[in-house]
Amino acid sequence: MAVADAIQSVDLAETSLRELNRRLHAADAAPQWRVAHPDGAHAVAVGIDAEIEVDVDGHVGYYCAGMNKRATVRVHGNAGVGLAENIMSGTVVVDGYAGQSCAATGRGGLVVVRGDASARCGISMKGVDVVVQGSVGHMSAFMAQKGCLVVCGDAGEALGDSIYETRVYVRGAAHSLGADCVEKELRDEHVAELRALLDRAGVAGAEPAEFRRYGSARKLYTFDVDNAGAY
Amino acid sequence: MCGIVGLFAKRPDVEERLGALLGDMLGQMADRGPDSAGLAVYRDPAPAGSTKLSLHSEDPGEDWSVLGAGVAVHASHAVVVLDGEADDVVARVRGEFPHPRVMSAGTRIEIFKEIGDPRRFVERFDLASMAGSHGLAHTRMATESKVTTEGAHPFSTGLDLCLVHNGSLSNHNRLRRMLRREGVAFQTENDTEVAAGYLEWRLREGDTLQAALEACLVDLDGFYTFAVGTADGFAVLRDPIACKPAVMAESDDWVAMASEYRAIAVLPGADAAEVWEPAPAQVYSWERRGDREASPVARPLAETGA
Repeated sequence: MAVADAIQSVDLAETSLRELNRRLHAADAAPQWRVAHPDGAHAVAVGIDAEIEVDVDGHVGYYCAGMNKRATVRVHGNAGVGLAENIMSGTVVVDGYAGQSCAATGRGGLVVVRGDASARCGISMKGVDVVVQGSVGHMSAFMAQKGCLVVCGDAGEALGDSIYETRVYVRGAAHSLGADCVEKELRDEHVAELRALLDRAGVAGAEPAEFRRYGSARKLYTFDVDNAGAY
Repeated sequence: MCGIVGLFAKRPDVEERLGALLGDMLGQMADRGPDSAGLAVYRDPAPAGSTKLSLHSEDPGEDWSVLGAGVAVHASHAVVVLDGEADDVVARVRGEFPHPRVMSAGTRIEIFKEIGDPRRFVERFDLASMAGSHGLAHTRMATESKVTTEGAHPFSTGLDLCLVHNGSLSNHNRLRRMLRREGVAFQTENDTEVAAGYLEWRLREGDTLQAALEACLVDLDGFYTFAVGTADGFAVLRDPIACKPAVMAESDDWVAMASEYRAIAVLPGADAAEVWEPAPAQVYSWERRGDREASPVARPLAETGA
């Protein structure tokens, strides 16, 4: 099976995006792929459901690796809006920055951003783990329900607004906390969780003890007229 | 939706190809705004004591030659340089030639805009032949007002100034009433024209461009990514919520902004350029310093670490 095991190269300057995604979705897709000239194209490597690895050389547009299941997608460049939106499992790594709504609604897997992620990182995340080596923009972890958001830099305004059970770890400064988001004690189990996440993400030089933990005050789960001003 | 592109040349060879490069960028944004397109290009400064006008006529048989021998016709538009200060020249042209519409006035700016497919616009106005120091272009998907030539972007906001916009404003009717009381004239029911009129008013009242854009953050309700062209450069502002996309990039040869990276990817050297997303509620601007032939230097007035 030497041919099938060889790295499959696809040049998006020559091959259409639909053809790339069709090949990645094929039941007998090769285990390793290299994609050239993405040039900001949207929907690169979306909807994969296979244990394959895809390396993209360049910047991608919106929704790269959306709905990813089991695959490892690495972007050697920046990613636009909605990176790994609704990721189910697998790993998505971006060497540069990620645009707004990174890992939105993600249900599982790991998303790693080596640079900064923009606003609404981890919005409505439902089980995905997100590790950002840089900073995140405003309204990150908005209505986040499950999983962990790790920010090695700073967080923008209204971090964790209306958060449910996601655990948020920030090493730098949180500009402000959103409604019902509070700082919580960083206990031993959190240090262990954080260490494991940083190791999985390949982040060196950040000590778990340097982070602060944020989570839900659990006051907005059900409507209470005493909290009306906070909704 | 709408798409915005902007390009600022840092080298003479990029100035030579400015229109061609902007046309390539605009083509990438065609599906963000398929109903109209427009361009503001800055080039060929008018001599001291004269004013350059861009005019538009809906009459395909318009006899532009009555404006003089130096008139340059570009499809439905014409550019002419006339002796006199801007206010006098505009008043004179409006008096003598009431039919054509004044799209821009200044010394360097030229504005062209039309309804229809942006790719067709690029061909029809022969962007490939246009050199210039910098320019902005826009593809429109109308949401707030009719698809008309005058509703297309860029909008003139004063001498050598223009505005392109991605987004929509919620309080434009109230603002338009206020601005009319302040003596600002409007030609359409378009929301972006109100933002342009607002900037024109703030600048007239003595604001710097930076201060006028920061005032937008207070007075404009809605969502927007703005790009503002000036005689010497351009500025970019996103609303505090930053719903509308923007990407910026800088190489040794140029500074570019666009709604999406794919419009920047067509530029030579894009692979090696520094690329970032402008932060919300922050003014980014570039302009030339000193003698532009000797030192075409771009200068970011404000930058974040983002």
